[in-house]
Amino acid sequence: MTSGQELEVQQKREVQKKEEGTTPTRVFLPTTDIYETDQGLTVSMEMPGVDKSNVDINIDDGVLTIEGRIDFSKYQDFRPVYSEYNIGNFRRSFSLPGSINQEHIKAEMKDGVLTLTLPKAEKAKPRQIPIG
Amino acid sequence: MFGMDPFATLHRIQRALETHLDSDWLSGATTGVGAFPPINLFQQGHDFVAVVELAGVKPDALNIEAKENSLRLSGSKFIDYEGKASLHRRERIEGSFDRTITLPVRIDPDRIKAEFRDGLLALFIPRAESDKPRSIKIGE
Repeated sequence: MTSGQELEVQQKREVQKKEEGTTPTRVFLPTTDIYETDQGLTVSMEMPGVDKSNVDINIDDGVLTIEGRIDFSKYQDFRPVYSEYNIGNFRRSFSLPGSINQEHIKAEMKDGVLTLTLPKAEKAKPRQIPIG
Repeated sequence: MFGMDPFATLHRIQRALETHLDSDWLSGATTGVGAFPPINLFQQGHDFVAVVELAGVKPDALNIEAKENSLRLSGSKFIDYEGKASLHRRERIEGSFDRTITLPVRIDPDRIKAEFRDGLLALFIPRAESDKPRSIKIGE
């Protein structure tokens, strides 16, 4: 990975809702990396300002949904004078491949990044095939 | 609590931020190498608060300098892909940043307080005493 490059601003993307919600607040998609190792899948999502106690991780019918809520009460007596980004809760869903062991998903939150480790089921791990 | 819909509060904040998107309050006063990280500036009473999104930046990889009425944020962000991983989706970016903003008001650089939690930096910037508005009494 090149690490000497300059960071550029990534525009926050909003969740496109299929149905209209009852509240008009904007919800954002966390910037996400997904990578695979021999052991399983790792999902890393950036959710700045989200405390680990405000993260919900759900699996329903093979769909993994992550929701992170920000503490906007801090903003109550702030009056904006200049802004470059908007704030809001985060939400994103992914369909899980059948090879994931859904019972043993681990989650860790650090510096505003949620990292989920999704282990592969035993039968889905790669095996060396000996040539007879 | 009745009448205190939290979503109404969030909606109000979102609309206020939208209204001040790239407002000319800071126009021409942001310099440095790039526009990362994104900054929101608020007024809290007479003082200012800058809130900066820096998810994935470790506290020891962030430098904050204040001089006169300028603030400089520099540092770097690295993502550990654990060696031989194969990427399915890559949206996060890594690299270095160096940004300076100059506020159009006089501040007290020695009394700036910084909080960095959950990838969100808050800088509490007190306005210089000499710059605070004073009410002028009309003599008898």
